[in-house]
Amino acid sequence: MTDDIVIVGAGQAGLQAVSSLRAEGFSGGLTLIGDEPFPPYQRPPLSKAYLAGDFARERLFLKPEGFFSENRCDLRLGTKITKIDRSGRQIHLDGGEEVPYGKLLLTTGARVRRISAPGAELSGMHYLRGIEDVDLFRPVLAPGKRLVVVGGGYIGLEVAAVAIKHGLKVTVLEAAGRVMERAVSEPLSQFYQNEHAKNGVEIRLGHSVKGFEGQEKIERVICAQETFEADFVLVGIGVVPNSEIAGEAGLQTDNGIVVDEHTRTSDPNIFAAGDCTNHPTFLFGRDDGRVRLESVQNAIDQAKHAAAAMMDRPKSYRAVPWFWSDQFDLKLQIAGLAKPDDELVLRGDPAERKFAVFHVNSGALTAVEAVNAAPEYVVGRKLIEQGKKIDAGKLVDTSIAMKSFLQ
Amino acid sequence: MPKITYIEHDGKEHTIDVPVGWTVMEGAVKNRVPGIDADCGGACACATCHVYVDPAWKEKIPAREDMEESMLDFALDAQPGSRLSCQIKVNDDLDGLVVRMPRSQH
Repeated sequence: MTDDIVIVGAGQAGLQAVSSLRAEGFSGGLTLIGDEPFPPYQRPPLSKAYLAGDFARERLFLKPEGFFSENRCDLRLGTKITKIDRSGRQIHLDGGEEVPYGKLLLTTGARVRRISAPGAELSGMHYLRGIEDVDLFRPVLAPGKRLVVVGGGYIGLEVAAVAIKHGLKVTVLEAAGRVMERAVSEPLSQFYQNEHAKNGVEIRLGHSVKGFEGQEKIERVICAQETFEADFVLVGIGVVPNSEIAGEAGLQTDNGIVVDEHTRTSDPNIFAAGDCTNHPTFLFGRDDGRVRLESVQNAIDQAKHAAAAMMDRPKSYRAVPWFWSDQFDLKLQIAGLAKPDDELVLRGDPAERKFAVFHVNSGALTAVEAVNAAPEYVVGRKLIEQGKKIDAGKLVDTSIAMKSFLQ
Repeated sequence: MPKITYIEHDGKEHTIDVPVGWTVMEGAVKNRVPGIDADCGGACACATCHVYVDPAWKEKIPAREDMEESMLDFALDAQPGSRLSCQIKVNDDLDGLVVRMPRSQH
């Protein structure tokens, strides 16, 4: 029986696991398998600077070429797996090869949710998740072209911000009553709606797409209220976790691969980390439900915990999540996880384009959303990590420095 | 290609060729130089790519902007010469730049 470790999914989490396992002293065989033709790369720039043409492709790759051989990691790109054979402790690759494992780490991430509406297969429809998507989409960005973005979440808005600056006519169609509804509080949605409008992006809220029309390629996007002319469409309506392979092998799945606080799945030899996992959260130091997070921070931190667990030194995963989004010259930084019954406390003035919304619950912070307000973000994040009770009323007073809340 | 020297807290030196247009942070993380974490990948969102820049080089690097200034406030052991290395873009004028890493980024 081998003690080799096999990692399926060569993205941010998979790569971190390779680094962390070697750093933790793992000396056995290591294989990293990915279905894309690229070595592990960072995704955040894809909808921002890389799309805008301001970021050379080689800067996306997370490690230099020699990294994998130096770390004795067999890197298998452009390779899908078809099955996990848990009793035989091996995975089956597309093409028939069987790869045995002592321990298996699933870092399969997520794939874009595809829109199902008539005409969705017309040419000129784009999604954005990987390098190849952007390479196909970037040529679209020509002045005067009409881009309709379906989905007012992070991807949709980041792309809209780049496209409007490239001289396109941009319309964002959001089915909900506000943008980024899943991810930010109402004041933030309002702020971003205003900022996009000021830059010339047309945002239509409460607009679901009924269908797409065109002769050979997309020409119109149909909503109940209105029809929009389009040369191209970018769909950003979320992602779905790549958990099917785990489910088919009998592992517990539910909005992702279910793992415990040590990143272990329902099989003691199989672990999972990153966008594909449903894991417990620990706000205020108690078990507070489960989440699936889609972020660089979670991928990296969970992968580190998975490496520790695979080395029989499990650590409980309790990192406070954090996240950022760049749109125009606005840096949105978020830490923590908001709860539905949070009180919102505003610090600063959105009209100054520099402010923060703190989420307060039982006298402590659960989350902070900061726009061009790094001290609010950094102190907020520390306060959430510490679970410190604070006088939230004082947060509104900008003459009180954020640092003082840490004392 | 510009050479950047990274000196770890214990004195160990690494001299790396870093392409023009990359950041000092990328030169480190992509070449396995320990001591720079760069959790956010260079988005000026985490303050864990903190380095000390020698006073001799201060004039050659564009001054800190507001966001970096704010984030640096919270870097561990920040000093007057502190910079976030993800905000220093490498060009030929920086050939020979020396940066030192703090004791820890967290």
